[in-house]
Amino acid sequence: MAKKLNIKDKYRLLTRDLDWEFSYVDRKDAFPFEEFEGIKITDWSKWEDPFRLTMDSYWKYQAEKEKKLYAIFDAFSQNNGHLNVSDPRYVNALKLFLTGVSPLEYQAYQGFAHVGRQFGGVGARVACQMQAIDELRHVQTQIHAMSHYNKFFDGFQDYSHMHDRVWYLSVPKSFFNDARAAGPFEFMVAIGFSFEYVLTNLLFVPFMSGAAHNGDMATVTFGFSAQSDEARHMTLGLEVIKFLLEQHEDNVPIVQKWIDKWFWRGTRLLTIVAMMMDYMLPNKVMSWKEAWEVYFEEAGGSLFKDLARYGIKMPKYAETIEKEKEHVSHQAWWIFYTHGHAAGFHTWIPSDEELDWLSEKYPDTFDKYYRPRWELAKEMEAKGERFYTKALPQLCTTCQIPMGFTEMDDPTQVCYRDSVYKGDRYHFCSDGCKDIFDDEPEKYVQSWLPVHQIFQGNCGGPDVENVLSDFYRMNLGEDNMDMKGSPDEKRWKQWKGVA
Amino acid sequence: MPIHAITPEYKGEVLDKLENFNGNQVVYVGWDHHLMFCAAFAYPLPPEMPFRALLDDVMPEAFSLHPEFSKINWDKAEWLLDGQPFIPQLNASLIDQGIGHKSLLRFQTPELKGVQEAGI
Repeated sequence: MAKKLNIKDKYRLLTRDLDWEFSYVDRKDAFPFEEFEGIKITDWSKWEDPFRLTMDSYWKYQAEKEKKLYAIFDAFSQNNGHLNVSDPRYVNALKLFLTGVSPLEYQAYQGFAHVGRQFGGVGARVACQMQAIDELRHVQTQIHAMSHYNKFFDGFQDYSHMHDRVWYLSVPKSFFNDARAAGPFEFMVAIGFSFEYVLTNLLFVPFMSGAAHNGDMATVTFGFSAQSDEARHMTLGLEVIKFLLEQHEDNVPIVQKWIDKWFWRGTRLLTIVAMMMDYMLPNKVMSWKEAWEVYFEEAGGSLFKDLARYGIKMPKYAETIEKEKEHVSHQAWWIFYTHGHAAGFHTWIPSDEELDWLSEKYPDTFDKYYRPRWELAKEMEAKGERFYTKALPQLCTTCQIPMGFTEMDDPTQVCYRDSVYKGDRYHFCSDGCKDIFDDEPEKYVQSWLPVHQIFQGNCGGPDVENVLSDFYRMNLGEDNMDMKGSPDEKRWKQWKGVA
Repeated sequence: MPIHAITPEYKGEVLDKLENFNGNQVVYVGWDHHLMFCAAFAYPLPPEMPFRALLDDVMPEAFSLHPEFSKINWDKAEWLLDGQPFIPQLNASLIDQGIGHKSLLRFQTPELKGVQEAGI
């Protein structure tokens, strides 16, 4: 019998030793994506493997985690765990997560599988392949965690179909499509670094602690089960940046441009997390503003201090972003509240206690700019005229969010930017989104903007109702509209025995 | 470089070109400092539509939900077309007065300050 390998030898054989010398194919033909972005790699052997993990131990650890995770899912289901959530409004955050975020895990899997093939360095390839498998696991565990809720609440049934079609879900979908349509190095700066390393804390920490604060053990458990994977992903994101910056000084301006772009795109995407924290969690964890200060300004600030020695500066729009933390959650929830007839989850006016909490957390902006909106909404609701907008909104060509964000120095005025390219006009919600378009207009002229697609007749119709029910597959009167009077609310009251 | 692509001379397909809108053009209309409506509205309109029809037949359905909409004195309203000051001619068509595909029309009503005078 062969001698058992020591860990070091096993690691070498199962990672770096998987590469081989090319004898009859040009390396450039084998890795055709490696040069067109302008990134210069002089020596792949300088890549430091971010996590020393071989495939056999990977399977062993992941299998153990799965066993525990699914035991808890079973227990959650058998004990009717959904009855322990704080309030049925909470479940709407899960609907948004399942339709908006879980499919991104699948897109991340596709993206990492692609770069896991295309990098010329074997260390980078192996790390990306493992992350690809992690991402596939995450989408599966999230679907399984939420499948229990699907038995008792509306809006979960067609998450994958909805992700591909529903107007507001084009925001996360196009974000990832943009990253995956880029070259492999930009993908890694976009997803591996900007998103996984810097911004993911703002998605996962509030979401998982939000689940804990609101009695959702299934979601807490998949969060914990993903945590050690996420830690590896963050290490990979950081290694990519350091490797690119150390390989050649010509890489610095390219990487800086990608950081500027993807931080901006990332903050726009995280707007849905902002409104979830401030408006959708019945038991609040912290405000979006506080989360932004802790996880971006403090943690991100020290990261960029470390990167300064390579010549990397803070992302370009950091000053605008700092002002936006006072506004974006309120502006985003207003977009959804006023489009509650066209959303695949329920919306509502915050309770009086919640309005007071928002005033306390946003002393400089909430009472001045946002409380009056809710007072108007309350008046209309009391008259039996719950406010639903009656026309379709203008969308930003880049982030695809309705153009509802304001000038940060003039918060009662919508921020309008535009560019004319080859005779056509394109509109943007911000300088960040405009600059991204101006850098690569041939990419973004292809934006699949849901409002324009409806007008072109590509989403069924003729009425918005037909689009919602037939093309989006929403169950009208069940999935959409206000929380008040919804079937979700009625069932909850029956289960709890309240009138 | 208009794109950084692996394909030389890559050209993107313009998804929102005028020809795709079945004879209509898209026009956006926004009311400055009135954020009850979260964003400007997008309308698919025939380019030959007179401005008066936009004002009388198209806009009221959505805009009239605002308590100040009926109080607007249209003679005093100020307009911007794609960021430039603009005086609409009510009987001329959209296209004849330069309102083209994906043009943005903004109107301002300085005497109306929005709900609770909060720009809403």
